[in-house]
Amino acid sequence: MATTTLQQDQLRTEVEALVEKLGPGRSSLIPILADVKRRFHAIDSETMQTIADVLDIHPVEVYSVASFYAFLHGAPEGQFVVRLCGTLSCDFAGKDAVADALKAELGIDFDQTTDDGLFTLEWASCVGMCDQGPALLVNDDVHTRVTPESAREILAACRAAAVAKEG
Amino acid sequence: MSNPTTPIHRAPLSQQHRRVITTTSPDAIGAQVSVTIDGVEAKVPFGVTILEAAKNAGVKIPTLCDHPDLDVAGVCRMCVVEVEGQRTLQPACTFPVVNAMKVNTHTRKVRMARKHVLELLLSEHCGECYSCVRNGNCELQSLAEEYGITEYSFGHPEEPMFETDESSYSVMRDMNKCIRCRRCIRTCIDIQEVGVLEAVGRSNKVTIETFEDMPLGTAVCINCGQCVNRCPVGALYAKDETDAVWAAIDDPDKHVVIQTAPAPRSAMGELFGLEPGTPVTFEMNTALRRAGFDKVFDTNFTADLTIIEEGTELILRLYKALVEKDESIALPQFTSCSPGWVKYLEHFYPEYLPNASSAKSPQQMFGALIKTYYAEKLGFDPEKIVSVALMPCSAKKFECNRPEMRDSGYQDVDFGLTTRELGKMFKEAGLHVPSLPKSDFDDPFGSATGSGVIFGATGGVMEAALRTVIELVTGEKVESIYDHGDIIPVRGFEGVKYAELTIPKVGPVPEIVAHLVPNWDWLNGATLKVAVAHGTANAKKVMDDIKAGGKFSECHFIEFMACPGGCLGGGGQPIPTSADIRAARARAIYSEDSAYAVRKSHENPAVLATYGEFLTEGPCGHKSHKLLHTEYTARGKHMPQA
Amino acid sequence: MPATIETKGNALTYETIEAEAGLKAALAMSRADLVDAVRDSDLKGRGGAGFPTGMKWGFCAAEKADQKYIICNADEGEPGTFKDRVILTRFADLVFEGMTIGGRAIGASLGIIYLRAEYTYLRPHLVEVIQRRRAAGLLGHDVCGVEGFDFDILVAMGAGAYVCGEETALIESLEGFRGEPRNRPPFPVVAGLLNNPTVVNNVETLASVAAIFAKGADWFKTFGTDKSTGYKLFSISGDCDKPGVYEFPWGITVADLLKEVGGEGAKAVQIGGASGVCVPARDFARALAFEDIPTGGSVMVIGPERDILDVAENFLDFFVEESCGQCTPCRLGNVQMLEAVKLLKKGECPPAFLANVKALGATMQVASKCGLGQTSPSAFLSILEGFGDEIANRAPSA
Repeated sequence: MATTTLQQDQLRTEVEALVEKLGPGRSSLIPILADVKRRFHAIDSETMQTIADVLDIHPVEVYSVASFYAFLHGAPEGQFVVRLCGTLSCDFAGKDAVADALKAELGIDFDQTTDDGLFTLEWASCVGMCDQGPALLVNDDVHTRVTPESAREILAACRAAAVAKEG
Repeated sequence: MSNPTTPIHRAPLSQQHRRVITTTSPDAIGAQVSVTIDGVEAKVPFGVTILEAAKNAGVKIPTLCDHPDLDVAGVCRMCVVEVEGQRTLQPACTFPVVNAMKVNTHTRKVRMARKHVLELLLSEHCGECYSCVRNGNCELQSLAEEYGITEYSFGHPEEPMFETDESSYSVMRDMNKCIRCRRCIRTCIDIQEVGVLEAVGRSNKVTIETFEDMPLGTAVCINCGQCVNRCPVGALYAKDETDAVWAAIDDPDKHVVIQTAPAPRSAMGELFGLEPGTPVTFEMNTALRRAGFDKVFDTNFTADLTIIEEGTELILRLYKALVEKDESIALPQFTSCSPGWVKYLEHFYPEYLPNASSAKSPQQMFGALIKTYYAEKLGFDPEKIVSVALMPCSAKKFECNRPEMRDSGYQDVDFGLTTRELGKMFKEAGLHVPSLPKSDFDDPFGSATGSGVIFGATGGVMEAALRTVIELVTGEKVESIYDHGDIIPVRGFEGVKYAELTIPKVGPVPEIVAHLVPNWDWLNGATLKVAVAHGTANAKKVMDDIKAGGKFSECHFIEFMACPGGCLGGGGQPIPTSADIRAARARAIYSEDSAYAVRKSHENPAVLATYGEFLTEGPCGHKSHKLLHTEYTARGKHMPQA
Repeated sequence: MPATIETKGNALTYETIEAEAGLKAALAMSRADLVDAVRDSDLKGRGGAGFPTGMKWGFCAAEKADQKYIICNADEGEPGTFKDRVILTRFADLVFEGMTIGGRAIGASLGIIYLRAEYTYLRPHLVEVIQRRRAAGLLGHDVCGVEGFDFDILVAMGAGAYVCGEETALIESLEGFRGEPRNRPPFPVVAGLLNNPTVVNNVETLASVAAIFAKGADWFKTFGTDKSTGYKLFSISGDCDKPGVYEFPWGITVADLLKEVGGEGAKAVQIGGASGVCVPARDFARALAFEDIPTGGSVMVIGPERDILDVAENFLDFFVEESCGQCTPCRLGNVQMLEAVKLLKKGECPPAFLANVKALGATMQVASKCGLGQTSPSAFLSILEGFGDEIANRAPSA
């Protein structure tokens, strides 16, 4: 499983360090959630309660904010979040074929994560690459003019990177 | 300190005040501005909302997400009106009158908007009026009727999408009926600072959930039911136990007794069309007997008993702390009769549980006594007694099911019925309470004092306690210090009240506590510092101050009530609620108090008889401790992973 | 730098603006004159709403407060819009210059650039530019040696919500809340971030500010039309030969634009993104300008073979996904319009329901709490209006 959960005291230390860096007020909430999500691919119940405690807000408020933003919802995600743009210009450029290829290659549907915890597949709303669609994001990286073939290559590169990291 | 209904920090600062004052024209603040509503001109103070201006002009603008106790939300869009010069319709609840403006409240665009808002809500609102707990008292139903909704233009769900959450003893949640007005959220976060509910998700998938969508019974909900009081529809409601109570009444084998608390008595009339604040105490006794209850008791009896027990406990704490210099004594002492407050303390400040009085609430004291003292005295088999309590409170349902509340050997109180539930039972039985003849409570617990009655209002427990403490310690009548014995400094709706009383002289130690303290000299000239907080957001302020070693840490006694207004604003009281309604109920309670011949707990003959016959070791004695005192559970605020 | 470099187009006036010329000119002027200059240029917001920038700055400058903010809205989320991405990639200095000038004008000591999460790959570049500007004394204490003028910029990230392009939702997001727009009034210029007076400007608006001060308001007015001054970047995509970021004069007709990008033969053009209007071929003589069809610059070309209801469905799917869910009309209205489109596609939409949904769309345009709900019906309604025959002539599904 891709997610890592921390021990309570270590978690608290991490969150406090983030607050130290970003500021004590509620304004730090989204950057903290983004950081946690990026590192641990999930924002679990313990983490949310610790964040709430450190920022002096209610846990349900942390949960509520995380649930609002497409890049922050707390459910566990794979190491590589693949977001395919579904909006008009990318649709015209052939996003459906890419979508089919991704599903076939990964063996999952959209809003699912592969069993090995490597990939999560999601739709994205317009990512601002309309002149070069179909566009997709893999974590923070953008890929343009994606074809079913290049989509498979992108996934393969991710797998290779994951293996290299393990080694 | 602020009014408990001045919300805290949740809303953007720009929305925290119902009047929006801009600074670009400081000389205009306080000035009058002309607003023409539907052709009729009026002058209103600078910065009031269109909604407020319309109210003054006698023009009704419909609202749904607006509530007098809460920050503005501006989400339902029911109150939109046309403002000349604005392209879009503006929500009357938040749009301020800052320069001369013309407003039209029922143009075609506005009427269409209202119709659409209601039809859209109905397209998602699954449930039928007939079987709904709010049938006849539902804001969505009323608006649909007023605004002529005759069809489901956008459909109506046949099947429920959500399972009702019935995990709590007190509050039930049915998301199928939720209209996403956010009142429950604003109540729980801003007014109560408990923070159990929030909007989750986005767009049409927004639901109101608990943390990780866990059952309400597992979350840090304190059962205060303030969310229920403010929900405009039937999405939130208190658990209904009337079927079980009817079953007990119908069972010839059962001896069904009911104790009634003062707060429901000042509000029950509202369920029968009376103005808030019209007490129906004695008519209700008749109604209860006709409904089939075998005995009708007055919770004021145990309210008075609570004062004696808790007052004695306070005296003992003070003696140990001030005279014996025992540093382990926890002060200030907190009242513990509000089960919502108790659970709040257990979750959020469990390290302060030693400060909570060990005395049970009047409801629970009564429960223990009925299945022991009463059963013995009148020869009833406690196994066959069904003990019901009429309470303004939803948390009482949780309280009577607490595992430790079985000191009689049985569940001490079987059912905590809300004002609303009993109103429903009366209606089912065709009993129109206001038109019934008056009748008295039953003995042996029939006598009450004014002190017991005022428990229903914030500051009431404190005042009752002070009346007794002052008289026991000084030997003087409290009327010699406070006019009519009305201790005004602890009355009223300010969120946190603070008072200091200097003990002017001391008298002999009365018999009832003579075995506990040798004399009162150690209190001669002492200044008693007390405080009163209502609504748990105010409780939080006081507790945080105590933690920080502030002014409240030096108090001796603090009354805490979970509900704004005290019990009269409880989660089981008639809906709707507002500051005006609560004030009216308080007036009824204080005027009942004035009318009583006996107004101090230690003068209640039934109470004295109980100590004479049954609790013979006196207050805080062994038997009292067994039956009338309890322990608490340090719960903490951590919520387990689902 | 990733594929962003690939975006093609035509020559951009921004390429001709001398670095820091605007800033230096601005710092030599009095603060009051700064606002006047922007007013004089008649620059209108480039994000789509088109609010006069000088007026916005003027309101904020008039507020007395200890702390003020200027925020660059880089949440570019409108479908079909990518010009801000290009500006941030190629002309970040101009944007930061514009922010600095704005800070000086309104009296803000802190600027924040709110960058959408989807553009995280741009963040290192922006941070690097900011650091370089700090090192050169263009940010920080006593900017450009002007005593008492402290100004700095920090980068804040979005988290995947189109609605955070709305200025009050953006501010809510910065404060750590759900991106739910606020009630207005009060407007951000009076009470914005943490209740302080705040100006929120689009990326392109700020770059234009730098250009205006570099070359003058009069120069700026030589471009464009009477009511739409200055030059504008357009993001062109869809069924055309040469998609990309183009600079066209305000007032260009749809027909002429299509010629430039190789999109003749289109049956429709969606202008202004998903929240814009769908212009059918018969109206291609219309002009892109505040006087006729206002826009933030998104132009999506719809080829003759496309099913216009697919277009409507795509946009409504988008709004159903992106609505914040706060207010009743938008939360529950978008799904009704989507339902109507799905039924229309099957040829099974009851006329009474369609009439109800059209009326609902009109209500949404005036009763929704923010611009998202106020504009989400536009594409749908304009498609019904402009393509009635195509829609009506669908055979019911077998």
